[in-house]
Amino acid sequence: MDNNSMIDSLRGKYTTELFSIDESSDILTITVNKSCIKELVRWLKDEIGFGFLTDLCGIHIPGQTLELGVVYHLHNLPENKRIRIKTFTTKDNPKMSSITEIFSSANWMERETFDFYGIKFVGHPNLIRILNVEYLDYFPMRKEYPLEDATRSDKDDRFFGR
Amino acid sequence: MPQYTQVAPPEGYSAPGFFATTLDQVVGLARKNSIWPLPFATSCCGIEFMATMGANYDLGRFGSERLSFSPRQADLLMVMGTIAKKMGPILHQIYEQMAEPRWVIAVGACASSGGIFDTYSVLQGIDKVVPVDVYVPGCPPRPEQIIDGFMKIQELVGNEPLRRRYSPEYRSLLEKYGIK
Repeated sequence: MDNNSMIDSLRGKYTTELFSIDESSDILTITVNKSCIKELVRWLKDEIGFGFLTDLCGIHIPGQTLELGVVYHLHNLPENKRIRIKTFTTKDNPKMSSITEIFSSANWMERETFDFYGIKFVGHPNLIRILNVEYLDYFPMRKEYPLEDATRSDKDDRFFGR
Repeated sequence: MPQYTQVAPPEGYSAPGFFATTLDQVVGLARKNSIWPLPFATSCCGIEFMATMGANYDLGRFGSERLSFSPRQADLLMVMGTIAKKMGPILHQIYEQMAEPRWVIAVGACASSGGIFDTYSVLQGIDKVVPVDVYVPGCPPRPEQIIDGFMKIQELVGNEPLRRRYSPEYRSLLEKYGIK
């Protein structure tokens, strides 16, 4: 299925949930409402043939109303077509439907996204930190925390132009 | 015949047939020339340590060719490389498993202070979890520097009073790290 027919069937299936379609970059990129993400991924896998979840990751764009996002990369192996799906949520209620039922490989990726961005995947069987220490009390990849570690005691601000 | 340098005797009184010195110094002399190091190598400093152990630099010259890969038989914990915060408790446990007397050397910038990894996931120096005797700077340090740090350890080992490990100062130091 080429991009144009893909876009047509997407437009036919989703009217209000489909926010934008971008063909300018290498991969067809769509931005959708978070309410339809699970159904969309299932449809892409079962009907269109996107049978491989290449990546699932978080993103934080401060200043946006919907600050936190999740980006899905799917791969249609028989046709060698890729698609990128972006979906966003608020920081106050960062909930997203889990797609672990559709792709088992999403399990660790969703845990990682939770670990670094604090996005809660509803329906995930074991949503706990995967890479960071258990007692970490913040989500380090959100752009609201200082990059440097607060426990560092040997750095003198004068020598770092602060 | 080539001239070999032998280990110098400690300070003492010698006359034909006998040599007298303190027990501390005899024990220190034996200990410092037979240190069993436990290499805790996590990154590039560990590679430098491999060169240090190799034939060119030969740590065996200092009586330490026998590495101990069990903390229970090791005298010296050599921490070489970045220690992530998740690794911290493991390092602490390994230190706890070592028998007294034990020494610790932090090799390289990361083990000493976190190095360039001033970030959420990296322990900012192993002295946050275990007491350290000698710090070796460098990123990574050359084998010469590691050997220099090792010789500093030898100096400490050789001159340590036998009662040090029972002193209240030492006990309170361990307590600070939560080690009984």
